[in-house]
This record gives sequence, structure tokens and C-alpha cells, in this order.
Amino acid sequence: MIRLILSRIGQGAITLFVLITLTFFLVRAMPGSPYAEEKAIPEHALKRMKEYTGLDQPIPIQYLRYLKNLIVHQDLGDLIKKDGVKVSEVIGQSFPVSLSLGLLSISIALMIGIPAGVIAAVKKNTYIDYICLTCAMIGICLPSFVIGPLLAVAVGLSLKSINVAGWSSPGDWILPAFTLGLINAAYLARLARGGMLDVLSQDYIRTAKAKGAPSTRIVIRHALRGGLIPAVAFIGPAFAGMISGSFVIETIFQVPGMGQHFVNAATDREFFLIQGLVLFYGFLIVGANLLADLAQIALNPRLRKA
Amino acid sequence: MFHLVMISRVIVRCSFLALASIFLALLTSCQRETQVDRATREGILLVGNSSEPKGLDPHIVSGVLESNILRALFEGLVTSDPERDTATPGGAAAEVTPDATATVWIAKLRSNGKWSDGVPVTAQDFAFSYERLLTPDLGAKYAEMLYFLKGAEDFNQGKTKDFSTVGVEVVDNLTLKLTLRGPTPYFKEILKHYTWTAVPRHIVLKHGTIAQRGNPWTRSENIVVNGPYKLKSWRLTDHIEVERNPYYWNASNVVLNGIRFLPISNLYTESRMFRDGQLHMTYGCTPEIVDLMKKENPKELRQELYVGTSFFRCNTTRKPLEDVRVRKALSAVIDRKAICGSIFRGYTPAYAMTPPMGDYLPPHSPEIGIEKAQSLLAEAGFPNGEGFPRLKILIASRETAATQAQALQAMWRDQLGIEVEIENKEWNAYITAMQDLDYDIASAGWIGDYLDPLTFLEMWTPGNGNNLTGWDSPAYVKLLKQSFHEADPNRRFELLRQAEAIFVDETPVLLVAWQARNYLVHPSVEGWNPLLLANNPYQFIRLIPRR
Repeated sequence: MIRLILSRIGQGAITLFVLITLTFFLVRAMPGSPYAEEKAIPEHALKRMKEYTGLDQPIPIQYLRYLKNLIVHQDLGDLIKKDGVKVSEVIGQSFPVSLSLGLLSISIALMIGIPAGVIAAVKKNTYIDYICLTCAMIGICLPSFVIGPLLAVAVGLSLKSINVAGWSSPGDWILPAFTLGLINAAYLARLARGGMLDVLSQDYIRTAKAKGAPSTRIVIRHALRGGLIPAVAFIGPAFAGMISGSFVIETIFQVPGMGQHFVNAATDREFFLIQGLVLFYGFLIVGANLLADLAQIALNPRLRKA
Repeated sequence: MFHLVMISRVIVRCSFLALASIFLALLTSCQRETQVDRATREGILLVGNSSEPKGLDPHIVSGVLESNILRALFEGLVTSDPERDTATPGGAAAEVTPDATATVWIAKLRSNGKWSDGVPVTAQDFAFSYERLLTPDLGAKYAEMLYFLKGAEDFNQGKTKDFSTVGVEVVDNLTLKLTLRGPTPYFKEILKHYTWTAVPRHIVLKHGTIAQRGNPWTRSENIVVNGPYKLKSWRLTDHIEVERNPYYWNASNVVLNGIRFLPISNLYTESRMFRDGQLHMTYGCTPEIVDLMKKENPKELRQELYVGTSFFRCNTTRKPLEDVRVRKALSAVIDRKAICGSIFRGYTPAYAMTPPMGDYLPPHSPEIGIEKAQSLLAEAGFPNGEGFPRLKILIASRETAATQAQALQAMWRDQLGIEVEIENKEWNAYITAMQDLDYDIASAGWIGDYLDPLTFLEMWTPGNGNNLTGWDSPAYVKLLKQSFHEADPNRRFELLRQAEAIFVDETPVLLVAWQARNYLVHPSVEGWNPLLLANNPYQFIRLIPRR
């Protein structure tokens, strides 16, 4: 077990190194420049600005400097377009927001998705199943930029206690959390249903039924454990995705989270910010996958011996 | 070890937690009044400000949204009149007076002018600021705004390192003498721009050197200002809030207690927030919202003239656009009224580069009609559009640009028989393509920095970083240069009008519309008057609670 964890951590470190190297060179291969502006910057000013950020150096030297700063000083660098603002500051201010939103959303997703999936599987081919499946399909098909504004108009504009956007009071968390949660709930419901159906047709369930065990006990005690494996595997990366923010949700609900930085950093060619965010996101994904692996091992005894 | 029951418990607990937090949230957020009502009561203006500012250093930033914040924090030698488009000496200087030729200007600073840390504002601060902005090492993008000063351009471009060659002289602690490159009767208009405000010399030098990039003096814990407000808090992509500056020379007459700027990049979100009572004022308004507000609540909709022009650049270094006849033909068949009526809201058809402002009457490009356009195209070697190469219209991923390009595409196909493609690039790639002259026709816009036609005309000189068309006319440059030395305002406007007539005749750009500002203002806001540059001074705004 410990060996497995150590090997996963080692793999994670290599993944992160490859990730940061690829990101470094890919962002510099993009057309355009961080200094492209509608009002053209005079040549001599441009030269000074590049000197300040170190972007006047050849790319291999920039790469070595970046690695040195990262490893020796744990410094992710400064923003190119905002003088004196550090990448770590941007992540430090926006991550707690995305984390709160992500935690609330994943709770909503679990609260709706798992029971819906389990009930649909138990009541297979009944109208309850069809309703759950239809809702899940709608949830998957409707993008957040449709659900979000609809919720904002239907709930936010009509209820005085809920703001349509912003992040100043806890009431502001509800709409973005529901929008983000509902979409993931739909995926979870389908995965939970599929997993449960698989398990419910197994011999040991038939045996339990034959022995006269009550159906709630069969579902909760015997089937749920195996049936949730696909859903648990999905939760890890989905959770990492949720806590690293969503551009669309943040734009619709004016949430100062991390997601908008991903998109804006790419369009603004904020090289250091893109690199910092990718590294941070990679770190989250590697961590979340490790946790998901451990959870799967806990759920599936066969994996423990593997 | 994980166990099924444990997982179920975790799920149940998570669900409970979520429900509890939602309930708690609903409970805590049950407000009787909206955010706007509360802010009105507290005297705080809530303003939508488009996007996160790139900084608060008036020598480093260059955008409209930054200027909206800087206007609250810094004050220059003059300030904008709150009611009309003129400059008033209500700024840091008690009076700014020119000599007979409007070439030498004397600014007398207020003796009670102080920075927000209590240190007096002096003429040395202004001289230091102008030196800082012009020092090549700072790499200020907007240094050219100070090129009106004698010798400023040479100093900024490193031709001389001696700042005493620049027309800035400290006469005494409270007197500043500015010598300009030529007669500039409209100099007070120029002085309204934030590049002419002062930065605190003692604070800038405390945190770095005069021309150091990344000097942390504007960080919220360090910044010191001389405007009616000072920085209270700044949270990235969330808000910037300013509060009263007790050391402001006119603090007793400042009405608003504070302003909160919200970087709301999505105009639909911004409108929803306005309608939900979360904003006093929006940054903009989409055409759909304009139509909706006209029906639902026309009193809250503002449609005002703006000093901006929408146009399409032509790459005059490429065939067939190097031929003025082709450019004229393309321009002549653009139905500007149709575009203004169906794509924009409040825009007016543009027949010159400079929108109407003050006493300047821009030349009106002659309407030559479709038949003449067709014959021009035939003369250029493309009768009925035959043999005309398939040009591309470059646009940035913005909705109105795409619709405009589609309109041109249809008009040129119907009237001239030529086919063009639309090439959509993301913003950065679009700008780079334009700067590399790697395009045929490109959508563009220009917003004036100050109220003088020069802000729309100087950019078309060869070598100017904003020309980007390859167009070069010696006659045009000659007229502009003559205008720099003309002291009589009427004769100067005449020279500029002649220059603009050359520009319009040679059509290096296809003019489309003069812009308007569409935005929403809450009825509780009083004293927000329509100004062409939208540079309303905040200290005169009042918030009147609704009954």
C-alpha cells in the first residue's frame, strides 16, 4: 500500500515536470505577444518592458531561469501586464473562492446525483427511472451558459434575498453552486445508475435476495459499495475541475475565482500566469486522482492485492 | 480503512452540510433593501467597470477602465467640468494661464494641496512625474501624450539624457512653467488626461527608483494619492473600493463617501446585476438590453455621444487595395445608415474620421453612388467584380465586429459582385496580424484621448504605431505639421480639416460609424451629466435615496 502511494507520488512528480515543460514551450509557440495592444507600444518602451520581465532572453535561458525560480525560490513569477502582481497572489486570492464554490457544488452534485442514480437503478424501466434518466440527460446536454442565466433570471431576479451575481455574501454562493452542481449531478446519476445496474445483476445479490434479505438492506449494504465505483472514479477529477474554477460560471455570476484566469491568461498571453495555473491545476489533478485511487481500493478489495 | 458505511456517512454529511449552508446563506442574505439601496444610504457609488485594471500607476496603464479609477484617485493641474466638456482649474492648480501665443503655460498650485499622507503637493512633484513618464527606462506606453512639451519626444526616445532640455521648469514650490512645442490653445483639454497627473515623488522613491518597472508604490498598502478619494481595498477580479481622502484640498465639498468599481466583463451579467439592484451604473449595454430597457424602463437608459469611430482598416500595401479607386468603390457601397440602425444602437453614420466635437466641423466625404463605385472598380480592372481577388476581412472574436463584417460582405457581393471572406481571430492574434500588416481589411475602432481632432488625425502619419494601414501622404503630414505651429484656433482647424479631407478622399480606412455610449444609470444617481469623453468627476455626484 505504502509502496503504491510512493510510486503514485513519483509518477505525479514526473507528470508535473513534463506538464510544466510542455506548457512553457507551448505558450511561447502561440502566435501573438503579451505586449500586443490596440494602441501600439512604442519600440523603445517595448524593449524596456521585455527587459523587465526577462522575455528579451532566448527561450532556453528563460526556461532555465523559470525552473530555477520555481525550484530554488518556489516563485511562480510575476504577471507581465500587471506590474508588481505575483502569480502566487492571483492563485492565493482566487483559489479559496473556487474551493468554497467547488465544495458546495460537489455536495449538491452528490446530494442529487447519487440518490437519483441509485433510485433509477432500483426502479429500472419504471417511470421513476425514465424521469431520472431524462433529467440527467437534460442536465448533461444543457450547457452551463444556458442553465446559469436561466437560474439567474428565474431565481435571482425574482427572489430579493438572492443576488443574480457577485460574491459578497453567502447568498451569492447559491446560484453558481447549483449551476455547477447540477451538471455534475447529471453525470453522477448516470454513472451511479450504470454501476448499480451492473452490481444488482450479480450472483451475490441474487443470493442475498434468495436468503430473504430486505431490499433496502440489499441496496445499501450489498449493492451500493460496488455500484458506486464508477461514480467515485468520476468524482476525483470532477472535484479537481470544480475547485479550480469554471470560466463560464465565474463570468455569468461574477465570481472572483480561478477559472477566468485560465482563459484570460491564455488570451492575454500572460505566460507566467498560465504556467502557474497549469502547474497548480496539475497538482490538484494528481492529488485528486491519488485520493480517488485510494477510495477505489477501499471500495474494491480485489485492488488491494493487485 | 474506508468502509461502505463510512462513505455513505460522508455523503450524507456532505449533503447535510450543503443544505445547511444554503439555508444559512438564505437566512443571512434575507435583506430588506438591495445593495444599491444600502450603498445609496451609505453614499457609496457602485460602478460596473468592465474588467480588472492592469494597475493604478498613471504612468504605466493606458486603458479607459483604468482611467475611470485613476480619475477618483489622482488630480492633475485641471479637472473636467462636471457639466460640460471643458476643463476647469478645479484641480491641483488654482490657475493655469498661457502666454499670448499659448506656448508657455504657468500653473499656480494650490497652497493647501496635499497627498493622502499629509505631505504637500509641490511643483517638484509634477516635474518629477513628467520626468518619470518621459524617462525611456520606464517604458511608458502613453509617453507620447506629453510630446506636447518642448523637447519631450527627443528625451523620451533617448536622443538626449538631459531633462533640462524638456520644457518643464519649477519656478518655486507652487509654480510650474511648461513650455510647449508650439502654440497649443487647447492645452487645458490635454491636461485633463491622467498622464498629466502627478505621482508622489517621496513615495515612488521610497519604494524604488524613478524609472523602475514593477515599483510597488501602487500596491494597496503603499499607494498615496492627491485626488478626492484614496484606495480602500483591492481584491483581484472582485472589486476596487475607494474612500474619501481627508487631505484632499476640497474635501469638505466632496459628496460621495466612496466608490466601488466592479470588474464585470460580461455585459449581460452586468445588466442583470443592475436590474437586480446591485449596481448604480453599468459600463456598457448590449443592443438587446438597449431595446429591452427602452420598452421597460427608458429613464434608466443613457444613450450619449462618445468620441469614438468604428471603421475598417485597409492594408494599402497589398493589391488590389493599394489602388485608391478600389478603396473608394468599397467605401461607397457601404450602407452606413443600415448598419447603424440594425447592428448598433445610438451610433451615427461616419463620413469622416473625427466625430463631431466642439467648433471643429469634419469634412463630409462625398457620396458617389453605386454606379460611380462600379465604374471605379471597372477602371481599376475589375468590371462587375470579375477577377477581383478573394479578400479577407479580419475581425476579432467580438459579436458586433462579426455582424458588421457580414453586412459589408453582403453589400459588396450585391453591389459590386465581389466575394470576401471573414477571418475571425482571437484578440491577441488579431492585433498581431494588424501590426505585422498581415491582413487585407480589418475591423477597428478608435476612441479619442482628448477633445481635439488631432487625437483622431495624428495616428495616420507614417511610422505612427497606430496607423497600421501602410498609408503615407506627404501632403497630409505637411498640413498636420503646419497646424502644430498655428496659434489661431480657426486657422488651425482649417488646416486640420484640409488634412482630414485628404485622408477621407484617399480612404485608407472604410469609415462606418461614430460611436455612442449605451449604459444604465440608477435613478438615485444625480449629477452624472453626458460628457463626450465620459470622464465625469466623481466628487460632484450625489446619491438620493428613493422613497
